[in-house]
Amino acid sequence: MMDKWTFGLTMLVVGMGGTICTLMLFSVVMYILKKIFPYKKEGA
Amino acid sequence: MAEAIISGLSGLIAGVLNFHWSSMVMIVIGAILIYLGVKKDFEPLLLVPIGFGCILVNIPLSGLMEEHGFLRTLYDMGVLNELYPLLIFVGIGAMTDFRPVLENPYTFLLGAAGQFGIFLTLLLALALGFPYNEAVTIGIIGACDGPTVIYVASKYAKELLGPCSVAAYSYMSLVPLLQPPIMRMLTTKKERETIMKTHQKTVSDTTALLFPIVITIIGGLIAPMGLPLLATIMLGNFMKESGAVARLTKASENEIANIVTLFLGLSIGATMVGPVFVKPQTILILALGLLAICLDTVFGVLFGKILYLVTGGKVNPLIGAAGISAFPMSARVVQKEGQKYNKRSYLLMHAMGANAGGQVGSVMAAAVMLSVLKGMGVI
Repeated sequence: MMDKWTFGLTMLVVGMGGTICTLMLFSVVMYILKKIFPYKKEGA
Repeated sequence: MAEAIISGLSGLIAGVLNFHWSSMVMIVIGAILIYLGVKKDFEPLLLVPIGFGCILVNIPLSGLMEEHGFLRTLYDMGVLNELYPLLIFVGIGAMTDFRPVLENPYTFLLGAAGQFGIFLTLLLALALGFPYNEAVTIGIIGACDGPTVIYVASKYAKELLGPCSVAAYSYMSLVPLLQPPIMRMLTTKKERETIMKTHQKTVSDTTALLFPIVITIIGGLIAPMGLPLLATIMLGNFMKESGAVARLTKASENEIANIVTLFLGLSIGATMVGPVFVKPQTILILALGLLAICLDTVFGVLFGKILYLVTGGKVNPLIGAAGISAFPMSARVVQKEGQKYNKRSYLLMHAMGANAGGQVGSVMAAAVMLSVLKGMGVI
């Protein structure tokens, strides 16, 4: 079993890093979706 | 005859004789929770059943939490198997409008910054001697998201379900009191006065419809351990956006959410048994939870300041405070605070974007955390 500091710092780096990277990916995917399916005004 | 009468009478005083002092403390706490819910309007839907459940379970010899007891049945039915928080998430998904975050997808990053408190609090909990599973559960209070906290606690640290849930819901309702001082402390007057451009509608119905499906697939592939959390909130949102299953959407956000909230509240209250709850560790957990939510706000605002610098003063850093899951309360706090310093400032839609990002961010942070734990072989 790893010591608690190794565990805590791994969680901080991989956990927080993973969360940021995932949400960054979500935002990129959303930009792409908006490009592929642009908003059209009603009646346009 | 006299003996029978004495035996009968002893049955009537057995409850009083078995009354532990800590149960009295818990009955008072239960009454305070009910008072906060009823009189102060602090998350009444949860605090009232939690408070009532807490009072019930601390009356001795009722058998409510014994096998086949009323509260034990509710607990086993949906807390033991994490069903209640997931059903509530379907309702939250059906109630949440993610379009503000889709208008400005960069606000997802504010939702990420608002999760720092989780991981820093986890570190602190470890430093204070909590075992891994408990430290993770305490850190999750920083998600500022009741169902996520309950999901993680019921899976990995059932003994902390009571204090962690109470902390999460109480602090969520205290967001209007907790956030403004931090927001003021970390920003200059000039930054707070920043007016953000209001934009026209840019999200098509197709994008809004595809959002929950795409997020579920990508998020699930990255963090499969948290898929139940992500999938249920996205299912609710998909039903709402599709418009095809209006009855299911309505049931999810009303009847199902209401019934489950009642069962969940009573079940959480039932875990708050005096001798188990009244100990220094509980106070430590409540303090760490408070710290976690404050740290979320600190890092959200700091990230907002970075955006302010990068964009040449086009982003008001106050919206960073809304990058937490308390939806839409946190966005309203930002709007109110922004208008205090500039009457022409209208931050609500931007803050709603950050807030919706925070909603997804908190679920993703929990999902990532569980998957990392699984990868490390801890769970």
